[in-house]
Amino acid sequence: MDMFFQLVINGLAVGCIYGLVALGFVLIYKAGEVVNFAQGELMMLGAFVAFTLIVDFNLNYWLGLALAVLAMAAFGWLLDSVVVRRIIGQPQFSTVMLTIGLGVMMRSGVSIVWGPETRSLSTPFDQMVFQVSGVMISPIYLSILITTVVLCAILALFFRFTRIGLAMQAASQNQLAAYCLGIRVKRVLSSVWALSAGVATIAGVLLAPISLIDVNMGAIGLKAFAAAVIGGFGSITGALLGGVLIGLIELFSAVYLPEGFKNVAAYVVLLAVLVVRPQGLFGTVGRKKV
Amino acid sequence: MRFIFKTHYDQDIDLFPHAGAVFWYSLLAIAAVCAPFFLDPFYLGELSFLFIWSLAGLSLMVLTGYTGLISIGHAAFIGVGAYVHAFLTRNGMPFVPSIICGGIVSALAGIIIAIPAIRMRGLYLAIATLAFSAIAEELFVRWETLTGGSRGVAVPMPVLFGNELDGEVGFYYLCLAVLVICILGVLNLLRSPTGRAWIAIRDSEIAAQSMGVYLAGYKTLAFATSAFLAGVAGGLLAHKVGYLTPDIFTPILSIQLLMLVMVGGLGSIRGAIFGAIFLVLLPTLIAILRDYLPNAIGQQPALEPGIFGLVLVLVVLLEPQGLNGAWMKVKFFFSQFPMYKNATFKRQKTYMRTERLQ
Repeated sequence: MDMFFQLVINGLAVGCIYGLVALGFVLIYKAGEVVNFAQGELMMLGAFVAFTLIVDFNLNYWLGLALAVLAMAAFGWLLDSVVVRRIIGQPQFSTVMLTIGLGVMMRSGVSIVWGPETRSLSTPFDQMVFQVSGVMISPIYLSILITTVVLCAILALFFRFTRIGLAMQAASQNQLAAYCLGIRVKRVLSSVWALSAGVATIAGVLLAPISLIDVNMGAIGLKAFAAAVIGGFGSITGALLGGVLIGLIELFSAVYLPEGFKNVAAYVVLLAVLVVRPQGLFGTVGRKKV
Repeated sequence: MRFIFKTHYDQDIDLFPHAGAVFWYSLLAIAAVCAPFFLDPFYLGELSFLFIWSLAGLSLMVLTGYTGLISIGHAAFIGVGAYVHAFLTRNGMPFVPSIICGGIVSALAGIIIAIPAIRMRGLYLAIATLAFSAIAEELFVRWETLTGGSRGVAVPMPVLFGNELDGEVGFYYLCLAVLVICILGVLNLLRSPTGRAWIAIRDSEIAAQSMGVYLAGYKTLAFATSAFLAGVAGGLLAHKVGYLTPDIFTPILSIQLLMLVMVGGLGSIRGAIFGAIFLVLLPTLIAILRDYLPNAIGQQPALEPGIFGLVLVLVVLLEPQGLNGAWMKVKFFFSQFPMYKNATFKRQKTYMRTERLQ
């Protein structure tokens, strides 16, 4: 039974990471209909930047994290305003290829600048261990859960009450109408990219204690992608829940199913969901109008 | 741009649009057949690699360039074909039936993927292929009787009509023959109602549907055809590399294939060949480039994927029609020589077209 709870906690934590990266996908997709296959790489880059600031420059953990988020937000903004914006209106295939290309470039750039070694990032709460009625809760996993919940609350408030958050919602519903209402749609789209890159950075830093920082961290992006699809692309809650679902399934299948299922569990679930409910668990059916 | 004066409906489905094309393609065919007489075996080997890449590119071109479906997991289809072909060849089956079986098994895999696709649009399909390739990759490692697991499996020489083919020349002709047969097959499909239905689906699913094109059926057919060709390419690749391990069929291969069709030029068979040429030449070019770069950057192993990514990004941004489009422009420039206008190929400003997944 203890193991069961342990798995639930760990699965939730890993799932939160998937959920956060998936959240970035969904934000960008909702805003500009660009499917960002480089989201995992943004996360990786964010983790590397944070590592450099915290370890190499010896900054305080929280200060380093904040600076990394800001730097990556600026990077996300530039990525949209310099590169991605140019292909709006092109077929979807172009956006897929563009973001795949950007992801490959980011990975190779990181490998050139930082080298291929793996790094570990120590957190201020490494040493503590909580024990709740026999279940050991590692503070790392707990920190992931808490940060995700807080971050989601902040995002919910942000979208609900701030001007820019409302503008983002408006632009994602109808760009032309938003434009007519005086919203600077281009700027809003860029800020969505900035927001998404910032969230990805936080996810990367949260992930760092679990799976070390290395160039292939971005592979998580694919699983997060599966999470976004399971949740119904376009629903923020769906993305988070999809992430949690995949995290739980993955850890449970690692323990209770034959070896090898851990790697494919996410994809099997994804295919099953696509067959049974193609619009995702939380999506709504839409008909394209001519 | 040459305007062809059509006097008969049959001209619409001619294999070659005009006599000039017949001439140049015959010249190319003669050159390809004669190549072993004056080329070094090393270059022949590279050429057979080029043919295999072209075949793989052709398979993705059918799917992506002509039907407008994206596959981010094409390596899996190549892998299925390669392993099945290797397995049958080891058990003594001759080349021709074995490679066809490999293609058919791969096509069945394609159909299985396409069945959920009947209900999916656009991107979900791409995601299904991604999931499939991840599962297939794991399967290649785990199914040891068929694939030899991560240790891999050796592939014997191809046996054609009772003779074992060894040496570069024989294999070169084999690849050339398979490629030509497949190109002719695809060309024939494309000028038939099937091909027209595919192109209609690519240009507008809704319009195609309202003209009576059975979307699910034709999409499945496109997947099956594409997977069949990929399986055949996989069979040839198995002989070419000689030893199959699961790490050949990674997502990197899928991305390279996508890049091949994108750089070559979507929606043209020539594009698949151009893309393959590019993909075979680029590593050599990068190796030359390394000498001119400062050591800190030039000697990095990560430089190559970086340049691949950069090329991909530049092509998407600057020349979405790829090398084939560039070729058309050059041709047009010379055929119109003093009258060439820059604006002819100017990209129209487009507004965002919604293909929202809801």
